[in-house]
Amino acid sequence: MFNSSEIEAFKNVWVFCEQRNGEMMPTTFELISEGRKLADELGVELCGVLLGDNVDGIAKELGLYGADKVYVYDSPLLATFTTDAYTKVIVDAVEEFKPEILLFGASTIGRDLAPRCAARLHTGLCADCTHLDIDLGNYQQFLKEASTLPEDRIERTKSVRLAGADHSVARDLKMTRPAFGGHLMASIICPRFRPAMATVRPGVMKKRENPREVELLHPAFDLKPEDIKTEVVEVVKAAKKLVDLIGADYIVSVGRGISKDVEKGLALAEELANELGGVVGASRACVDAGWIGADHQVGQTGKTVHPKVYVALGISGAIQHKAGMQESECIIAVNKNETAPIFECADYGIVGDLFKVVPELIESIRAAKAAK
Amino acid sequence: MKIFVTVKQVPDTSGTVAVNPDGTLDRASMQTIINPDDMNAVEAALSLKDELGCRVVAFTMGPPPAEGMLRELMAMGVDEGVLITAREFGGSDTYATSQIIAAAIDTYGVEPEDIILAGRQAIDGDTAQVGPQIAEKLHLPQVTYAGEIQKDGDVLTVKRILEDGYMTVKVHTPCMITCIKELNQPRYMNIGGIFECYEKQVVTMTYDTLKDHPLIDKSTIGLLGSPTNILTSFTPPQKGAGMMLPGDGKETTDKLAGILAAKHII
Amino acid sequence: MDFRLTKEQLLVRKMVREFAENEVKPLASEIDEEERFPMETVEKMAKLGMMGIYFPKEYGGAGGAVLSYAMCVEELAKVCGTTAVIVSAHTSLCCAPIFEHGTEEQKMKYLPDLCSGRKLGAFGLTEPNAGTDASGQQTTAVLDGDHYVLNGSKCFITNGSVADVFVVFAMTDPKMGNRGISAFIVEKGFKGFSQGKHEKKMGIRGSSTCDLIFEDCIVPKENLLGKEGAGFKIAMQTLDGGRIGIAAQALGIGEGAINEAIKYTSERVQFKKRISAFQNTQFQLADMHTRMQAAQFLVYNAALKKQAHERCSMEAAMAKLFAAEAASDVTRRAVQLFGGYGYTREYPVERMMRDAKITEIYEGTSEVQRMVIAANLGVK
Repeated sequence: MFNSSEIEAFKNVWVFCEQRNGEMMPTTFELISEGRKLADELGVELCGVLLGDNVDGIAKELGLYGADKVYVYDSPLLATFTTDAYTKVIVDAVEEFKPEILLFGASTIGRDLAPRCAARLHTGLCADCTHLDIDLGNYQQFLKEASTLPEDRIERTKSVRLAGADHSVARDLKMTRPAFGGHLMASIICPRFRPAMATVRPGVMKKRENPREVELLHPAFDLKPEDIKTEVVEVVKAAKKLVDLIGADYIVSVGRGISKDVEKGLALAEELANELGGVVGASRACVDAGWIGADHQVGQTGKTVHPKVYVALGISGAIQHKAGMQESECIIAVNKNETAPIFECADYGIVGDLFKVVPELIESIRAAKAAK
Repeated sequence: MKIFVTVKQVPDTSGTVAVNPDGTLDRASMQTIINPDDMNAVEAALSLKDELGCRVVAFTMGPPPAEGMLRELMAMGVDEGVLITAREFGGSDTYATSQIIAAAIDTYGVEPEDIILAGRQAIDGDTAQVGPQIAEKLHLPQVTYAGEIQKDGDVLTVKRILEDGYMTVKVHTPCMITCIKELNQPRYMNIGGIFECYEKQVVTMTYDTLKDHPLIDKSTIGLLGSPTNILTSFTPPQKGAGMMLPGDGKETTDKLAGILAAKHII
Repeated sequence: MDFRLTKEQLLVRKMVREFAENEVKPLASEIDEEERFPMETVEKMAKLGMMGIYFPKEYGGAGGAVLSYAMCVEELAKVCGTTAVIVSAHTSLCCAPIFEHGTEEQKMKYLPDLCSGRKLGAFGLTEPNAGTDASGQQTTAVLDGDHYVLNGSKCFITNGSVADVFVVFAMTDPKMGNRGISAFIVEKGFKGFSQGKHEKKMGIRGSSTCDLIFEDCIVPKENLLGKEGAGFKIAMQTLDGGRIGIAAQALGIGEGAINEAIKYTSERVQFKKRISAFQNTQFQLADMHTRMQAAQFLVYNAALKKQAHERCSMEAAMAKLFAAEAASDVTRRAVQLFGGYGYTREYPVERMMRDAKITEIYEGTSEVQRMVIAANLGVK
């Protein structure tokens, strides 16, 4: 009988390897790389668990990033994700092989599947993690850099009080994640049950090559059509729909600084926005001049935005513009005038001509992304 | 036919967030709001009610003042509220919370044509776990990230929004659907509804109400029944004054791109 | 006196505030600029029960009280004076006299459509030569068998070009002076009735203000509101209620300007300091808020009196007098705190200043309010 509280019976780090339409999702490789780190710190094996139809071919790709083994569950019933089928197969596999850690990408599939598995297995799950540690020294070093906690409180993280006794967290997975809209960070552990489960935010963990011979395993499993209570009628891959300013994560806004060559200025902003995966905004001056439509306007009489990144190109930063964008998580300003008020609220400022700086910036960002 | 909606009262994280010296949230100083995604679930329930004339029951777990939120939902058109509140339930993580809410919904009674709607996730924890875990505990099928819901007899057709498109999923009632903001535009309270909402019924479920339910056990609820523990919580270092990067050449933009990459901004 | 609000009143405030922020505020500057009546907002308000707040449910109302209605107008006025007066004129000047003076048949015929907002209401008392002196009515109504024939014209009628139902006053017996005035319920489609020219105004520019013209207009006998000759009394009682609505509008405009000024002065930096850090700003805002708070007490007090069916002429007059003058003062000071930006249409305070002025004029000028108050004091 499976018992999630028999801690000692569990071993190895598992990563749920998400594929869609027979293609591995990029997050999987990030998770395999991160899983490798955790497995090495624990001195155990790193295993992928891959569900799909005819997926042996892509299973081998996981060796490149450090997987020792891949448990492959192959069936036409697993070709497309369904909560019921995937939960059953993963829960059965966990009960059979007892991994101590199980990671998922925090995608719309991982965040549907992981909670269901955790509830059935009776174990803990931490959502949307941005940092994972086993090694206590590494974890405490991370706290020194990423928190404002005093030394003594960092030192105290080596153990927790559990049922009246001190419990050492040395072998527990320390799962760190933002909460309350990023105002607060929390490190979560799952000390009394296994596997410790986490969904991990896509794009945060670094993909690192660590090639090795990967062993594919095909355990027997039990899955019948009647286990699946939902019916997937169709899966449609849609071109990314044009997001409006308010929902955008990245906004590149232009101001009066593009007046020298409006067409080129807008084209540069668009290119930079595309590179970041965002949209183009504008100051009131540009809208009033008729250079761009009013739905692009950011500011007092335009829209109030709070993207992850707001790039202000040739915008002086009048108070009514700032009112619409100063809550952005990261503000980058490029302006010829070093006394422009926009620099007062910018996280990063470059004094220069946007027509010179933006093409360079696009190149630099491309290079940085390629290096990742 | 009934629609159950699970809702949560949360601190408004869009305003200023106060943090205590020990790194925990100063909840007392913050405004509470109805969790935004839950409002989309409520709206979905009320539109189905407008269309089909069913009964809508809102469930919430929290301290007694959460009743005020239930009254607001009733002013929007919800028929009944269930407030799940007990000291024994405090400190629950998502596993324990879903266990308790599932027990409450089961105690109320789920019939074959019923639907449970939840918001995708709450803005305080952002876990998106409680909806699926309630479904698991009630042995019901689930569809998460619903961007469209259509009902035809006992079959719901749900457009499930993915990062790179969507999938269309059919599911029979009873089932759990979690709702995202693209699903609809929540309605306002109705003035007439406001003058009626304090006459509607709020059922309070305490530990005593639920303690005999098979899902409720001291080892599965509250702080002790939660599989996860908080090791520590902390605030990230304050955003310092902005950094002016010298120069306007490629080395400057390389440096900026490097910083952005290191911070996972790009 | 207890000014603590009930749970229901707090919810009304919260609901209208959210509605005003999301649905009304984004349109406020546009409808001002374009002098456009915001019909889409009226439709939304109708669905939410805002067009008949204090009338019983059996007549299609929301079953609330006068104070909830005043709070609704106040919240709307914080972001848009135009939207506030649409609700105020409709509720206080059309629904209220029908509810208070109508026969059961009249109430059942008109109130459900009005209170649910399917139809919009207006009030026709003012004439080119009968403004502050309302007793100088020149519009006449002559009984002819089963109907009255109305001739004359009205001016400055709020909601005039968009309303479907009008409470209109006319002389049925010129020899009797005030006691010769009667009130009628006139529908838009009545023969001989038409709406005249639209006024171009300084403020509340989105609201409809126009003439009403009666040329042998046929009004069925059963549309006489109250008794023949009771019109002047009905008009004065209606205006007592209407003044609470306008006082609430003034209150909201002033409060809205303070909100804007607090936000702006805590962002605007001059001499390397937020201008909110200057004592002049702080003292100005303190005075402004104190005035509006006093106005709020007067407005809420008048609303509670009306709700309790007590005489409220003097309370309503004091509320309107004080709130209107406070709103004009506070909005003017807000523009000053904004400086040059305040004078531009980039920011809403100049609009609020223009909107505030009318509250000192319509439904009885401040001078008329003083006359009412003095008369109630027995000062002759």
